[in-house]
Amino acid sequence: MTAPKTLYDKIWDAHVVDQSDDGTCVLYIDRHLVHEVTSPQAFEGLRMTGRKVRAPERTIAVPDHNVPTTLDRANAQTMTEDSRVQVEALDKNAKAFGVHYYPVTDVRQGIVHIVGPEQGWTLPGMTVVCGDSHTATHGAFGALAHGIGTSEVEHVLATQTLIQKKSKNMKVEITGHLRPGVTAKDITLAVIGKTGTAGGTGYVIEYCGQAIRDLSMEGRMTVCNMAIEGGARAGLIAPDETTFAYCMGRPHAPKGAAWEAALAYWKTLYTDEGAHFDKVVTIRGEDIEPVVTWGTSPEDVLPISATVPAPESFTGGKVDAAKRSLDYMGLTAGMKLTDIKIDAVFIGSCTNGRIEDLRAAAAVLKGRKLAPGVRALIVPGSGLVRAQAEEEGLAQIFIDAGCEWRMAGCSMCLAMNPDQLAEGERCASTSNRNFEGRQGYKGRTHLMSPAMAAAAAVTGHLTDVRELMTKTV
Amino acid sequence: MDKFTKLTGIAAPMPLVNIDTDMIIPKGFLKTIQRSGLGVNLFDEMRYDRSGNEIADFVLNKPQYRDAEILVAGDNFGCGSSREHAPWALLDFGIRCVISTSFADIFFNNCFKNGILPVVLPQEAVDYLMDDASKGANARITVDLEAQTVTASDGTAFHFDVDPFKKHCMLNGLDDIGLTLEKVAAIDTYEKRVAAQFPWV
Repeated sequence: MTAPKTLYDKIWDAHVVDQSDDGTCVLYIDRHLVHEVTSPQAFEGLRMTGRKVRAPERTIAVPDHNVPTTLDRANAQTMTEDSRVQVEALDKNAKAFGVHYYPVTDVRQGIVHIVGPEQGWTLPGMTVVCGDSHTATHGAFGALAHGIGTSEVEHVLATQTLIQKKSKNMKVEITGHLRPGVTAKDITLAVIGKTGTAGGTGYVIEYCGQAIRDLSMEGRMTVCNMAIEGGARAGLIAPDETTFAYCMGRPHAPKGAAWEAALAYWKTLYTDEGAHFDKVVTIRGEDIEPVVTWGTSPEDVLPISATVPAPESFTGGKVDAAKRSLDYMGLTAGMKLTDIKIDAVFIGSCTNGRIEDLRAAAAVLKGRKLAPGVRALIVPGSGLVRAQAEEEGLAQIFIDAGCEWRMAGCSMCLAMNPDQLAEGERCASTSNRNFEGRQGYKGRTHLMSPAMAAAAAVTGHLTDVRELMTKTV
Repeated sequence: MDKFTKLTGIAAPMPLVNIDTDMIIPKGFLKTIQRSGLGVNLFDEMRYDRSGNEIADFVLNKPQYRDAEILVAGDNFGCGSSREHAPWALLDFGIRCVISTSFADIFFNNCFKNGILPVVLPQEAVDYLMDDASKGANARITVDLEAQTVTASDGTAFHFDVDPFKKHCMLNGLDDIGLTLEKVAAIDTYEKRVAAQFPWV
């Protein structure tokens, strides 16, 4: 009898092409997602060495980081010169090397981590990489998915493999049920708040427990998306009926007999009873509250009912880091989080730009208006999410509330396009990083769920969404 | 990739924890389609004011650290995005080695692809080297990859661990892609097997 394996062990073992005595492996890559920021130097490297893309049929490219999200973006003048050069380079490289491509003008274009699952490129048991740290998103399907640098992008383009050593196994179990108003975003932030941004370094996390099982695929993607913010190489969730139902019928998912064969295999993708985890973290679902971040690291997480912490309450290097954070964020220790006034709201990103996120925001914004002086950007994660939100009437709710309803892209998550915070502006954001300058020079970011961001949009300050849920408009 | 064997140079202290890739190279500089030329924008928002003037008290702007080749940094250095622009910017500035108690995974791997050695040492050792680095240009630290040691200016040496394969590639300046392509037959075999076993992939 073979030793019990974790889900990670199983996917890893199925992809080992070659293993050296020291444990260094050549690992096969099933799907390679490519965007315009981290790929130009990799394609250039292929040209300089006369190499080809080994498996263009497994390579999917889409521009997302630089593209404007305004309705007039088909006009090239809406992009800065350097952004245009980068997007044009991807256009050119995708054609020259013959990879699958969704250009800005294609309704299927969007954020690479939303397009991949939506089109059925991401399937259980696969290895998925992209020159982007939020590749962790695809782990929601029980796929081993992680970000790589540009040298590794070139390596995958040329060889369809990566040189890897296996990480350790970590289990994060969320038991029981979430309370009303608490979402997948609160789970993933609460986990990072508990383990810290380096807590997952050297590990692949498997998220499990009833509260994870209860999540939709959209919610599971939100959870896995931020595994990287906890320092983990990847996050995984074992596939189940929810996963299979999501994959079925997607353009690049198997059909007919191939579907049945795939399904039989996918049903073997779970952690065996008694498999070894090197680290285990357990959180009760009932203990998770709606949370927000107060500082400039994703680990700076607190329940919305809390107050801004004093730097002295931390230890080691975190004391100085917290001082710097409070200074940057313009906050004073002891103030209530709900007293923090905001200028902007951003709902979107690969963390929270899917249809369910827009539904959650719309449920709060329906019949309400933005607080005076607050601007809100609602940016769907793909053109198809945008179309669906329009069909469901969500777009009209956003427009009626006074929000800007945008085209698909990374938008204000990382300020590489025209969507940016002005200096000193404070944003309730559904994105994934609250680093200094992330959303714009000297911009201030508070991370939270779409429902919480919508609540802040209505009141003009950080707000416990549960207070709005009990009131009818 | 340039070889990394042994380096003796000025070390700059950056005790802040969680120095992220947005700090190392802000997103505005990711729009290049080249690898070179990013050194001038390394730590841009910490290093320059909005008008582009140097901020005098930032460590790499101080006269004694302008030629630093080593960084001694707080925990979890390089957290955040996968942008290889971060090691490219460090390298272009002249940094060949970063010492910390831990590094973010992707950044750590990216360093090895560019001939930058990330050295993980225990807190006490990093504290010792941070003090040493704080002495300025007179305190030169030596990093010896072959011997796997970091030696402070007073001769105190600390041993570090490094993956044998990564060490071999760094010492010899080897190209990963070239090495993997030597195993192309194994990749062919794998693809044939999987095409039969998992035809939907």
